[in-house]
Amino acid sequence: MELHQMGVAELSAGLRNKDFSAVELSSTLLQRLRQAQDNLNACITISEESALEQARAADQRRAQGDSAPLLGVPLAHKDIFCTRGQRTTCGSKMLAEFVSPYDATVVQRFQKAGMVSLGKLNMDEFAMGSSNETSFFGAVRNPWDLTRVPGGSSGGSAAALAARLLPAATGTDTGGSIRQPAAFCGVTGLKPTYGRVSRYGMIAFASSLDQGGPMARSAADCALLMDVMAGHDALDSTSHPQAAGRFSAALGRSVKGLRIGVPEEFFGEGLDPEVAQVVQEAIQWYVRQGAEIRPVHLPNNVHAVSTYYVLAPAEASSNLSRFDGIRYSHRSGSSVDLQELYLQSRYEGFGPEVRRRILVGSYVLSAGYYDAYYRKAQQLRALIREDFRRAFAEVDVIMGPTTPTPAFALGAKSADPVAMYLADIYTIAVNLAGIPALSLPCGFSKAGLPIGLQIMGNYFADELILGLGDAYQRDSDWHQQVPGWEEQ
Amino acid sequence: MSMAWEVVIGLEVHVQLNTRTKIFCACSTAFGAEPNAHTCPVCLAMPGALPVLNEAAVDKAIAFGLAIGAELNHRSVFARKNYFYPDLPKGYQISQYEIPIVGRGHLDVLLPDGMEKRINITRAHLEEDAGKSLHEAYAGESGIDLNRAGTPLLEIVSEPDMRSAVEAVAYLKKLHALVRYLDISDGNMQEGSFRCDANVSLRRPGEPFGTRAEIKNLNSFRFLEKAIGYEILRQQDILEAGGKVVQETRLFDANQGETRSMRSKEEANDYRYFPDPDLLPLQLEEERIERVRAALPELPDARKARFIEQYGLPTYDAAVLTAAQELADYYEIVATDQDAKLAANWVMGELLGALNKAGLEIESCPVVAEELRQLLTRIADQTISGKIAKEIFEILFAEGGSVDAIIDARGLRQITDSSAIVAMIDEIIQKNPQQAADYRAGKEKLFGFFVGQVMKASQGKANPDQVNALLRERLQAQ
Repeated sequence: MELHQMGVAELSAGLRNKDFSAVELSSTLLQRLRQAQDNLNACITISEESALEQARAADQRRAQGDSAPLLGVPLAHKDIFCTRGQRTTCGSKMLAEFVSPYDATVVQRFQKAGMVSLGKLNMDEFAMGSSNETSFFGAVRNPWDLTRVPGGSSGGSAAALAARLLPAATGTDTGGSIRQPAAFCGVTGLKPTYGRVSRYGMIAFASSLDQGGPMARSAADCALLMDVMAGHDALDSTSHPQAAGRFSAALGRSVKGLRIGVPEEFFGEGLDPEVAQVVQEAIQWYVRQGAEIRPVHLPNNVHAVSTYYVLAPAEASSNLSRFDGIRYSHRSGSSVDLQELYLQSRYEGFGPEVRRRILVGSYVLSAGYYDAYYRKAQQLRALIREDFRRAFAEVDVIMGPTTPTPAFALGAKSADPVAMYLADIYTIAVNLAGIPALSLPCGFSKAGLPIGLQIMGNYFADELILGLGDAYQRDSDWHQQVPGWEEQ
Repeated sequence: MSMAWEVVIGLEVHVQLNTRTKIFCACSTAFGAEPNAHTCPVCLAMPGALPVLNEAAVDKAIAFGLAIGAELNHRSVFARKNYFYPDLPKGYQISQYEIPIVGRGHLDVLLPDGMEKRINITRAHLEEDAGKSLHEAYAGESGIDLNRAGTPLLEIVSEPDMRSAVEAVAYLKKLHALVRYLDISDGNMQEGSFRCDANVSLRRPGEPFGTRAEIKNLNSFRFLEKAIGYEILRQQDILEAGGKVVQETRLFDANQGETRSMRSKEEANDYRYFPDPDLLPLQLEEERIERVRAALPELPDARKARFIEQYGLPTYDAAVLTAAQELADYYEIVATDQDAKLAANWVMGELLGALNKAGLEIESCPVVAEELRQLLTRIADQTISGKIAKEIFEILFAEGGSVDAIIDARGLRQITDSSAIVAMIDEIIQKNPQQAADYRAGKEKLFGFFVGQVMKASQGKANPDQVNALLRERLQAQ
């Protein structure tokens, strides 16, 4: 197998056996990343020099007897994670020139583990989008079909993994931003329980929903990444004291006796029949292994999208206030006074989708509307959380599709925000509740597009759902299918 | 000719808490460093940076709540107050809105007429301070210094319970003394550690509250008094001309001694408050509150009660002496093994008078307490008279030094040698035969004249009791 086709576990073994060096490995992948830019545009920054420096350091550590499991394994970070001394853009003109003075906790943890960061991955601007088309640095293309979107907002991460440019990447998930692109690109991504992965240094979109997570080509690889990235962080007040776990050690579990909830709300109107069929077949695999299916109801899921599009913009409108043109963000050259400097810098620096959400968010928080929108949305959020609480009293996990359709065409929804928002109809409730969910490939449409199975777990059941994804992947090869983008 | 207006005043006081580090990051709160020396990704509001609450600030807020007998909210919530300003790096201030840490409490305030008045406190909440814009020294541009950004503040909001500038000043002074007693703030008004906004309105007694103006930027007791005074006249003029007071924010201009409109209610920001999702609700455990309670120092009211009890002082004296911790400490040193009432008279009379005349606070008093105590010792052991003591005090205040050294150097020791006093008396009687004869003929009032002459002759050093006794004896004898 060629280096770029190997996953995290295989690379880890290869490096340990000294089949190849970290420098060789990183050089190979850096070259692929560069070559793929024209077709896929998955990266915003490729940091050749610092990557090779880190790779050399990893080789040195190994020569000195260090055997950290991920030592020398490459990855790249979604450009939402601050990286010291490197440009961190969040996919926006606003931060196009921003060089972070500090590392995000997640970046620091991977660095400590000896992983080599190859660069920064493309994303929807400030993680606001479901197609990666809102990026200031241009859309990312889906390696399975270059005329289609990779999903978003972690579209660069998913596309790079699918295209075998990288074995591992970080993503963030506020309403589906890890799972939806993972499903669209045929890779595996975990949105962890809220509070398991530090948000420090991860540029905030909607703080109460944002959660960083691993993306890779298998659940087992995601578990290896979680071993490093999860854990309590004193710099993040919402980080859970018991956030750490032995994720990879919890793999290899039996499916026998597992109670799977399949909510009818996830199989109703709007779901592509092809997706429905492929997902049902995947669920049947678990049944054949001894799991049982129980019907569960998530009656308030119908409110998830509208609840989300009140709460997320509300938090975003405030989180994005710091981009004011005063310190480090884009400053308009044409302003004559302070008021003008704010207006012009923010108008020029933010793209239309970000501006739309800031407007919506400011509106729902404003005097006279707070109760009707923000407070009501919080009440609905509590109901949605309650739906899951009730469901998890009956079942161990909930399964359904990650997305209602496979990847759609570039430009297909960019003029219709509501159609775009509905692409996240099955992923959003998970963020509102704060529970973990995994998306893994479970088949293809007739057009050859990947379809994702979503496994949702109760709070802190991250290990369980990774284990269930891993069990499926030990008996299937959907996740090993390689897109033909290089021939397109 | 105006009918009586009643002024209604409520104060909002921002107290900088004297924690070592900022409220949401580990940067130093020290004053006076190079601009932006005390900053980090959190207080610079770098992308992705997150706040972590400084527990020491919470303990100080708890201490304040306990000291004003307030209800403490066992669950309070940090909220974001959103507005744009260059010295507000996040574009929002983290504050507390719907549920503050400290609920209703009160402060009993001593007024200059000796009466006490209870001022109710609506709430006190934790929040972060903003940075500073620097307009000088940057030709045509403004500089931003974020050293102060993130310094913990306790905002203390009173009820509109004050009815005069004098009451407002008395309340503010008591509050100032309290935060220093509690050691939760250095109270330095020049450096902005203790800042006050005043809500002022007028009404006819018994009628509902009038429309208020909020006056900002009151960083001294004197400014508060002047600003309220100005505002009363301004509003009175408007009302008596049949006009309406506009609800607005006004700025006090200390140079002109006037308030000026800053922004009207319509121009006020919609702060779009909402709970800060980066911070969990603040939970106060009972044990924590008790731990803070146990560590509280003796508070002004308790100390006042003790002064009355222990030193037998009148209520008024005890209240004055305990108004500031430093003054109370000073008094207790002076009063050690002395006549407590005499000590109180000296501290409240000579000392406070001299400080007041010199425009000094007790902290910068040139007379150390031990020396004032020594002065009282020397009065008690009759080394000096009370009159000489006042002279010595003036020398101490102006030049410093020690009481005994001054007595010796200037020969101020009291004359208690009876033969020396008799000699002086005899000489004066001899020089004033007519007055002596008149006295003996029954003109008793002339006794005072002789006492004065003797004291003058002794340069005030003759022991007055001895002078009295010996003078009477010598006048009768001849």
